Amino acid sequence: MDAIFLQVLNGLDKGGAHALIALGLTLAFGTLGIVNFAHGALFMLGAFCAVSFNKIINLQQIVLDPTRKTAWGTPLEIKTPYITSWLGDFGNVLIDYSVPVSLLVTIPVMWLIGVIMERGLIKRFYNRPHADQILVTFGLAIVLQEIVSHYYGANPIPQTAPAIVAGSANVGSWIGLGESVVYPWWRLVYFGFSAIVIFAVFAFLQFTTFGMVVRAGMRDREMVAMLGINIERRFTIVFGIAAVVAGVAGAMYTPIFPPVYNIGMDFLVLSFVVVVVGGMGSLGGAVTAGFLLGILQSFASMNEIKSIFPGIDQIIIYLVAVIILLVLPRGLMGRKGVMED
Amino acid sequence: MNGNSTRSDFLLLIIFAAVVLTAPITLAPIGAGYPDILQKFAIYGIFAIGFNILFGLTGYLSFGHAAFLGVGSYASVWMFKLFTMNVIPAVIFSVALAGVFALLIGFVSLRRSGIYFSILTLAFAQMSYNLAYSVLTPLTNGETGLQVRHLAPADRGPDYVLKLVNEDLRWVDQAFGVVEHGIPITNLFGMKMSGYPGFYFCAVILIIAFFIAMRISRSNFGMMLKAIKSNQNRLQYTGVNTRPYLLTAFIISGMYAGLAGSLLAVTDPLAGAERMQWTASGEVVLMTILGGVGTLIGPFLGATLIKGFSALFSSYNENILHQFFSFLPEFMQDGVVAVASMFVGEGWELTLGLLFVIIMLFLPGGLMQGFYLILGLFKRKKTSPPAAGKSEA
Repeated sequence: MDAIFLQVLNGLDKGGAHALIALGLTLAFGTLGIVNFAHGALFMLGAFCAVSFNKIINLQQIVLDPTRKTAWGTPLEIKTPYITSWLGDFGNVLIDYSVPVSLLVTIPVMWLIGVIMERGLIKRFYNRPHADQILVTFGLAIVLQEIVSHYYGANPIPQTAPAIVAGSANVGSWIGLGESVVYPWWRLVYFGFSAIVIFAVFAFLQFTTFGMVVRAGMRDREMVAMLGINIERRFTIVFGIAAVVAGVAGAMYTPIFPPVYNIGMDFLVLSFVVVVVGGMGSLGGAVTAGFLLGILQSFASMNEIKSIFPGIDQIIIYLVAVIILLVLPRGLMGRKGVMED
Repeated sequence: MNGNSTRSDFLLLIIFAAVVLTAPITLAPIGAGYPDILQKFAIYGIFAIGFNILFGLTGYLSFGHAAFLGVGSYASVWMFKLFTMNVIPAVIFSVALAGVFALLIGFVSLRRSGIYFSILTLAFAQMSYNLAYSVLTPLTNGETGLQVRHLAPADRGPDYVLKLVNEDLRWVDQAFGVVEHGIPITNLFGMKMSGYPGFYFCAVILIIAFFIAMRISRSNFGMMLKAIKSNQNRLQYTGVNTRPYLLTAFIISGMYAGLAGSLLAVTDPLAGAERMQWTASGEVVLMTILGGVGTLIGPFLGATLIKGFSALFSSYNENILHQFFSFLPEFMQDGVVAVASMFVGEGWELTLGLLFVIIMLFLPGGLMQGFYLILGLFKRKKTSPPAAGKSEA
């Protein structure tokens, strides 16, 4: 029982990341009809927003103290981050919380990137075959990756979570399962965060007039346009939201997995599988499939299961994807008539 | 097919063969005249031409063709290890095995179409890739990759543990009494398959592969595939069962991929799992689209361009750039070189990515469309036919 609960927990944070990326992908697909291979790169850009923010906030002022000498007789260098000397203790708190605080920067930056991308490039590919869209967004993803790797190098850059959530949570004792079930705090935070973002997006689409128009546009774009609504502009905003969702997912993921310039590509393929398994254009399906596959993956990594089916942990996601697609032609929650030809 | 088109096809084949066979001379000035890169051109040309039989003719976008490439490579290396260093049995076995894999994967994947088909093939390819890295290590040698090694000692005692991954048997070669010094090189009845002979072997196979693809595209079977692409529903309403045609096309293109994988092993007897990764599958998709989907020459052009770019641009460094921009005054030179160096060396992929974006923006039909555009400019200047005549032609 302990082990099973732990595996469910293990699946949640990865499932959360997949669900967030898949949510953005399926938003872009459902509204604009774009198969966006650059979505993984947006996740990566979000992660590097956090890295850049951390770098900037840690910029240090070096003061020479002539009264104290080092062992070599040179004046001692005292390094203090500018932010500490300006803001005192609050500066230190900011440095400690750099990952969550970086979201304040990530959100506008990703919004801008998303809107520029849609207006500048994606817009020209609405009526082109999906293969063309794949090629152009793939090219864009490569460009973004290479630019990041040019400035940040090819090595992973570790980020730290705030000290208050540094250790592991004793999840087991909360629900009476014994002391053995412990789980890193930040991963719990990430799961909670992804749940909040998902609910926020759903609420936005479900309970606002804007969301209603967007949902109507997903159903029948021409009809909405005929009613005199500028659906294109709304879709641009939706693409911006999708970029922001991918970006914040990336920024918050940095303490779990040190970001590297090609991290997006690793997530992209799995997220595509997630989107298709969930059903093209179905937001609920994408989220469900994201968590489902994440949890399945962590169950398959258990030693008990690996000893019965060797190698199952390597293929479980794809195997389940194949079975689901063969049994349910439109994925878990796909609508009729979307992307069937 | 009327006589005229057969004749123009024949002409195309002759020109294609001439271009391929003279490539060592014609590509020398731009620094691509050495056998390693030429072999890559030919091999990935075969891969892309085969991929185009499926994607270009039927419109089914497979995202898992690299699996067949990997299977072909592994099969060839195992033939080298177990039987003989002669390339013919290895190539035949690889193509056959890739065909069997394609039959199995295609049979399942073709139950769905559109993006669902793409994801199914991707899933199968990723499964093969992940398994090759983990559970199938005795067959694939995991991350190290499967290689041709020394022979196992001839006088093996009864308790000798034979590790086939690290020691080879080569029964056929041994039966014929071939003496090996060090690790042997693949051969075609005694002719070493490295350097230019290796390239010409690949080139001849490329020309044959091109010829077969051309015949397929012109045949009734090819017409059927194109009909599937333009309107599969209508075809089914007329009572045609399209699945067998699709499956045949899938198997043929899988066999092409197996052939390409086998040739990769022939020119360099080393097979690694990364050949099966989805990026490799993506690469062949890009080659085909970049060159021009559904055209005969396009995929080959795309393959040459991508492989050529990766080889050329990654070999440039700042010194070469300084030489290249030496006509500029000193203060401008440094700035230009600093910007340009982003695009070469380790950053060559940036150039590739930009190329994809630019070509897709301005030439939706790939390089072949650009080619026809230029051709059209010349034609119009010469004759400028009336509008009515143009629509008939």
